[in-house]
Amino acid sequence: MLARRIIPCLDVKDGQVVKGVKFRNHEIVGDIVELARRYAQEGADELVFYDIAASTRGETVEPAWVSAVARVIDIPFCVAGGIKSVDDARARLFAGADKISINTPALQNPSLVDKLAAEFGSQCVVVGIDSREIDGAWRVHQFTGDPDKTQEANRKTLDWITEVADRGAGEIVLNCMDQDGVRDGYDIDQLAEARALCSTPLIASGGAGRKEHFKTVFNQANVDGALAASVFHKGLINIGNLKSYLIDEGLGIRP
Amino acid sequence: MTVGLIDTGCANLASVRFALERAGIDYRVAVTPGQAGACGRLILPGVGAAAPAMNQLEASGWAAALRRDERPLLGICLGMQLLFEYSSESDVACLGLIPGHVERLPSSEGLVWPHMGWNSLDIVEPENVLLSGVENGAYMYFVHGFYVPTSTFTLARAEYGADITAIVKSRHVYGCQFHPERSGEAGARILTNFAELVR
Repeated sequence: MLARRIIPCLDVKDGQVVKGVKFRNHEIVGDIVELARRYAQEGADELVFYDIAASTRGETVEPAWVSAVARVIDIPFCVAGGIKSVDDARARLFAGADKISINTPALQNPSLVDKLAAEFGSQCVVVGIDSREIDGAWRVHQFTGDPDKTQEANRKTLDWITEVADRGAGEIVLNCMDQDGVRDGYDIDQLAEARALCSTPLIASGGAGRKEHFKTVFNQANVDGALAASVFHKGLINIGNLKSYLIDEGLGIRP
Repeated sequence: MTVGLIDTGCANLASVRFALERAGIDYRVAVTPGQAGACGRLILPGVGAAAPAMNQLEASGWAAALRRDERPLLGICLGMQLLFEYSSESDVACLGLIPGHVERLPSSEGLVWPHMGWNSLDIVEPENVLLSGVENGAYMYFVHGFYVPTSTFTLARAEYGADITAIVKSRHVYGCQFHPERSGEAGARILTNFAELVR
């Protein structure tokens, strides 16, 4: 049976792991390699690294720390942050990343999704979507690494999910911005609507605060994985305990 | 024994290299068959699509070399699929070392495509040395949209809308559909078994 995935997300800024609330006020939570090793040992199924400063500053993630992570962990991981071309993606994949994720660059140049899928295969290509409700519709946002530069992308979230899947995205991470960092539960309504029209793997992001939130998002939104950051960084939820709980609740989980 | 790691220009070479280093397995990266002359066994990694990978193997001389080589060989993911006769992904002839065809995984109602994530092994041939110390039901990391249906050559299977060959063996040729280099301790065990136990 295919297991549901538990995915710690590490926001990276200036070579350190940081965490903010609703994308603001970032504080340093630790060293990239040390946290990656710790989460892999605790039973994380996959890791995601977002270089949150890269896209807003016009930089790309550093292949050097990608390789440092790839050397120490024995689970898959994805890197994101300012990847704007096939060459940018190749450098990260050849440094040892299993997948690359694009967000703002896909909005600015949607054909990048097609090019990456053709070059590396859909399984390597994740599209991250930052979404927030405005005037009764979920809308995509871009440049979310810096609150002062964040702007609406003039796209409805559900339309954008369909488009990137058609263009060859192999996985979609839907980050519900209004829930980010507030630990009040995932946005079940939005994720369930996304699930209904999304034929690729879908990862929920934003809002995890208690173990029950993971159970709810798997059971009610039927997502393939659940991503979380602060609850793991702050030690509020231990991954091993979370997995035991979900197994007891009858969910298919890798022990 | 030194493992020759075949470099086809595919993107997961670094992951496999690092996994071999963590396991303490001596290896040499080999772009051409001559560079693996002193190696006792070979690993063919691979992610991407079948046609460009086969073109690369033909151009480097590895395709012809692998068709006559008798050293133990382990194909990983796309590298496993290339061991078979034919892939319906881009309609291409493969190495033909194991009988069988590569087909597209069905994308049926309620089942997302591709097959991505940790899935459990149903071990068919537990006595094979490649599976020594690997428990039935162990989870491995799969990422693929095409698959090989199970056959008499299947050592372990996995279920995802189809009966998937997870581990295969024919003569000296082995293959894993999943990524042992990214499958935790159980995956590392398979790499170590291949390096140390397979004859």
